[in-house]
Amino acid sequence: MTEPIRLHFEVDGENFASAGAASEAVKMRLKQIGVDPAVVRKVSIAMYEGEINMVIHAKGGRADVAIWPTHVELVLSDDGPGIADIDLAMQEGYSTAPDAIRSLGFGAGMGLPNMKKYSDEMKLESEVGKGTTVTMRINL
Amino acid sequence: MTIREVATLLHAEVLCCEKLLDTEVHSACGSDMMSDVLAFVKDQAVLLTGLVNLQVIRTAEMMDMKCVVFIRGKRPDPAMIDFAITKGIVLLCSNMRMYPACGILYKNGLGAGEITV
Repeated sequence: MTEPIRLHFEVDGENFASAGAASEAVKMRLKQIGVDPAVVRKVSIAMYEGEINMVIHAKGGRADVAIWPTHVELVLSDDGPGIADIDLAMQEGYSTAPDAIRSLGFGAGMGLPNMKKYSDEMKLESEVGKGTTVTMRINL
Repeated sequence: MTIREVATLLHAEVLCCEKLLDTEVHSACGSDMMSDVLAFVKDQAVLLTGLVNLQVIRTAEMMDMKCVVFIRGKRPDPAMIDFAITKGIVLLCSNMRMYPACGILYKNGLGAGEITV
C-alpha cells in the first residue's frame, strides 16, 4: 500500500499573525504535487479555520496532515479548554470568541461549520478541561 | 475588468504587485469579517475591506483572490505588503467607504459572482 506524505506542524498560540502558516505550507505542497485547485482550496480553508480556532481558543496545538492518493486527512489537536456542548458549537453564528478576536475579523461562529462544509467527513472529539481533536477527510 | 480599472474607479493607490494590474477579475466581495469571507465567498477575485491585519492577506490567499482593496483610507503595514508580494496579491488603498466603493465597481460591471443565499 502506498505510504502517504505526512506533515506535522506545531501551531503557535501566542502569535495571531502567524496563524495560518501551517495551512499555507500544506496548500503549497498540494499545489506542487498537482492536486485539483478546487480541492486545494477546500483543504486550505478547512485547515485554516482549524488553525485559527486553536489560536483563539486553545493557545495553539498540533496539526498532522496525511496526503493519500485518494484523500487528505487533517488531524488538529489541542490541549485547550474543550467544548462543553458540541451541537451548540456546530451551529452557525454561535461563538465564544472574545470581542478582541472579532475586531480582528474572526469569531463570527463560522469556524466549525465551515470546517464541516469544506470537508467530506469531519469528526469532533472534545473533553472539557482536556482539549479538542478535529479529524477531517477531504477526498481528492 | 482589470485590477487597473478597479484602481482607477476607486481612485486607489497601488501598494504592490504593479505588474499584475492587467489581471482580469470577474467578481468581488466586501466584508470586514474574514470568517464570513471564508464561509460565503466563492471564486470572487477582489476583496474590499476596512480590516487591516495579516490575516486579511492570508484569507485572500486561501481563497485564491487576486486583489485586496483597503477602504476608508486604511493602510497595511510593511509586513502585510511583503507577504502580499510573496503571494502575488495586488494591494490597493482607497479613501472611499465600503458602500460607494462596492457600488461603483458593481455599476461598472464587476458583479458579486456566485452568491450563496
